Amino acid sequence: MRRKSLPFFALLLSLSFISGCGGPVKQNDTVVIWHWMNDRDDAFRELTKRYEEETGNKVSFELYAPSVYSQKITAAAQARILPDVFGILNTKSVVASFIKSGFIANLNKDFAKDNSAWEKSLYAEAIASTRFEEGNVYDVEPGIYGVPIDITNLKILYNKKLLEKAGVNKAPETFDEFIEAAKALNRVGISGLVSGWGEVWMVDCFASNYAFNIMGEEKVLATFRGEVPYTDPDWIEVFRVFETLRVNNALTSGVVTKSNKDAEQDFALERAAFAFNGSWCVNVYNDMNAELEYGSMLPPPVSDKFPMKIWGGAGSSFMVNNTSPNKDKAVTFLRWLTARKQQIYLAQKIKNLPSNHFATASIPEILSEFASAMAHATHPTIWPLNEESMVTEKFDRGIQSIIIGEKTPQQVAQEVQEIKIRVMEKKKKKRK
Amino acid sequence: MNSCRVMKEAQSVLIHIFLLIVALTCLFPLFWMLRSALMSRATIFTDKSLIPSELIFSNFHTAWTEGNFGVYFLNSVIYTTSVVAGIVIVSSLAAFAFSRLQFPGKNFFFYMFVAAMMIPLPGSFVPLTVLMNQLRLGNTRIGYILCMINVGLSLSILLLKTFFDKMPSDLEDVARIDGCTKLGIWRHVALPLASPAIAVVVIFNSLNVWNEYILAQLLLNDKSLMPLQRGLMEFQGAHSVDYHLLMAGLTIAAAPIIIIYLFMQKHIIKGLSSGAVVC
Amino acid sequence: MSATLTQKKSIASVKSNAESFLFILPAVLIFSVFYIYPFSQIFNLSLREWDGISLSRPLIWFDNYKELLGDKIWWQSLWHAGYITLFALTFQNILAFALALACDREMKLKGFYRVVFFIPPILSEIVVALIWKWILYSGMQEGQHIGLLNYFLNRTGWHHLINNWLSNPETALTCIAIVHSWKGFGWGFIMLLAGLQTIDRQLYEAARVDGAGPLSVFKNVTIPMMLPVIVVVLILTVLGSMQVFVLILGMVGQGLVYHTEVPVTRILTAMQSGEPRFGYACAMGINFGMILIAVSFTMKLISSRMKQA
Repeated sequence: MRRKSLPFFALLLSLSFISGCGGPVKQNDTVVIWHWMNDRDDAFRELTKRYEEETGNKVSFELYAPSVYSQKITAAAQARILPDVFGILNTKSVVASFIKSGFIANLNKDFAKDNSAWEKSLYAEAIASTRFEEGNVYDVEPGIYGVPIDITNLKILYNKKLLEKAGVNKAPETFDEFIEAAKALNRVGISGLVSGWGEVWMVDCFASNYAFNIMGEEKVLATFRGEVPYTDPDWIEVFRVFETLRVNNALTSGVVTKSNKDAEQDFALERAAFAFNGSWCVNVYNDMNAELEYGSMLPPPVSDKFPMKIWGGAGSSFMVNNTSPNKDKAVTFLRWLTARKQQIYLAQKIKNLPSNHFATASIPEILSEFASAMAHATHPTIWPLNEESMVTEKFDRGIQSIIIGEKTPQQVAQEVQEIKIRVMEKKKKKRK
Repeated sequence: MNSCRVMKEAQSVLIHIFLLIVALTCLFPLFWMLRSALMSRATIFTDKSLIPSELIFSNFHTAWTEGNFGVYFLNSVIYTTSVVAGIVIVSSLAAFAFSRLQFPGKNFFFYMFVAAMMIPLPGSFVPLTVLMNQLRLGNTRIGYILCMINVGLSLSILLLKTFFDKMPSDLEDVARIDGCTKLGIWRHVALPLASPAIAVVVIFNSLNVWNEYILAQLLLNDKSLMPLQRGLMEFQGAHSVDYHLLMAGLTIAAAPIIIIYLFMQKHIIKGLSSGAVVC
Repeated sequence: MSATLTQKKSIASVKSNAESFLFILPAVLIFSVFYIYPFSQIFNLSLREWDGISLSRPLIWFDNYKELLGDKIWWQSLWHAGYITLFALTFQNILAFALALACDREMKLKGFYRVVFFIPPILSEIVVALIWKWILYSGMQEGQHIGLLNYFLNRTGWHHLINNWLSNPETALTCIAIVHSWKGFGWGFIMLLAGLQTIDRQLYEAARVDGAGPLSVFKNVTIPMMLPVIVVVLILTVLGSMQVFVLILGMVGQGLVYHTEVPVTRILTAMQSGEPRFGYACAMGINFGMILIAVSFTMKLISSRMKQA
């Protein structure tokens, strides 16, 4: 019988704990920052220490799991308990919604101070990703609403040793050369391109690169506006890129259900000769196989009508809470965080591209290859408008089904266009 | 006669082979996790031997300190014991009433709990966060504990009621004649008799709370209040993963659950032997 | 006289009712605050159009539900979850019951099995997904299969069976169902074992004295005594399998086209897309819940019919 009372004692014991220590009361002058970047947490903590030593001001970073971060921010906004500074892990349209609900501060005045010195120190592309232009489609008051702290560029990486083995002496410069290289690799039993296409945004990114190459930015945006259908020959050609990759066995087996972590493992362990990945990969490959010899290249263009574009320029940004009493302190800290010295520290510690271009000079070589691709960089956050997410979903899933040989480019184009029409009609109805 | 015995022997051997195969598939992942936990960042992807040439036991220590497990472990112990104790008391009281007592609206309330188990509430974290802050329970241990008690409640009530229903009524009658109150019957007759079911409830909810992190991440803000799963996050970077430390951390995290199970599964087996009633 | 007696009686019964109600009061209190209140909010949101952030939440009544009726992928995802559930209901539960029966008897290594069979439920989803992804891996390196299964098939001469297990629409969902059942059978095992242990041994003795064979004992004693526990295990299997998603995310990422979509992943997609649709996600959740309730109560109804028969 005595054993049965164990749970009661446990309850009593833990109750005493609970009442004993509620959450420690936060000092009001500490700037609290919420983020999801778990690989940067240590570096952030080190920087807060330095900041406190230099200025005497306290900053505290709180890290949350990336899988629940968006939900955390959403719930905190509704409960009016957003911290002084936070990141948003989503599209520009979501950021716009936060701004319109009054949760994010407009930083125009802060960036304009000292003859725009702060603004000028950062990459224009990075600033553009948090800027809302005059007359933007989101109906947001024009201004800069976030501080970019780093940059991500997505390119193709190639394994020098494996290409040599297959008798390919230089990195392919056109899509045809790429296919030839994949065939040569196949002959010696090496897989071609690997990427985390189980995460659909990476499919979207790759397709978007080719859409820009085949039809140019204007036509892509016109499609988003509904003026050009997805059944247009140019779009069919975009879809056909994936069909060609499949027919020529240029993709690793199982690429459509790979998480990017698994894809990175494949490339690092030399199971695939090419990888489509972001600049964060430098750190990852280094961890898994320090002797990996690889170079980076732009996705090989299909057409010479328009330049190849890659996603880049945008990275992670921090927003300042509009209702926070610590607004000025928060801005001061963010300005310090994006200054040259701190940016160099961050770039060296986590091997990410810095958002401060004065810091770019002192980064590892392969990273500067990524940085040099800046001229080719574009990103959905700097386009004046984006595709409806329901259409994007169908588009990405359609490409997956082309890759597994289930559907033809024409079929997918048809299906995507059907959704596009439906979404446009719904929007029209709503406006009425 | 002899052939019959041979048949029986053969049958028993076959059963054992089957059981062993199933057991092997269960043991293999555990072995693999331990193996990975003892390797280094350099060898984990390259060493393919069954038992790695170099075993690094310090990984457990590294995982413990780097994952800041000291704080998180204590938090998880607090959460798990109080939530499980809370669920066992609250749900066994309710299940006892649903099974053994009469009162108006009994079926309504019972089916309400069962139905609630079925309806997932996507996005309930939004009203919940708002509510918790209005109640001043946001970012507190007690708030999280109450939420977690609610999570395990329905299922535990259903499970316990099923077992209370099976309970023979004569013991209860004897207790009543002896002058036991309803509460006394619950405490001295129902609970001991249902100990296998309570063991299942304890195991189920311990595992659930011990591994929970989504609600913790949503309702709690301070690192100092987070449970063990927060520590495991340290090894899973947004892009790079320290698999050897992650596996060491997962092994540490699994150990208490295995101990709880080893302790509780004896109760599952104990069965009806404890029939003595003392009021 | 009689009036006061009935009065006394009714006072007594009111008191007794109130006393009984006190038993469920803690549960009802917690439940009202942490379930009923959020539920009412979620139901309210399911009638609105909301992105999760903005201050305006226009009321659109049942438009979300209407759209859901015509959402082919939603119904497809329900079917996928149903497939995994049917798989678990049969294979997982038969396995669990067989193992529980085996461990209920006197036999060697009983204690060992009892512990070992509960390892999969304890294992973290991370480990499970990593291991099974390695087993089902379809790539090659230097002409060698890396995935355990394909390697094995190649070695034993079953070349024609070598497959792209997780990226082939014909096998992906079944692979997930197998892994799910493997991870979950331990639960059925301990609950059924707990049920078997509460059966009075004298009943078995009595049946055996009456000359019943093992099969007849099983049919006439074990099954009827176990029926309530079996129903609970079945209901929990339905619940656990219909709501599976962590394993799917771990094994095939955001999914193989739409072939591995299940209701929870659809709900998450709606909530976390570039233009979040909270209202729609809430409608999905409630629709999904109604279906689960219907299924579970049908099961309960069938079992009580079986009892009467």
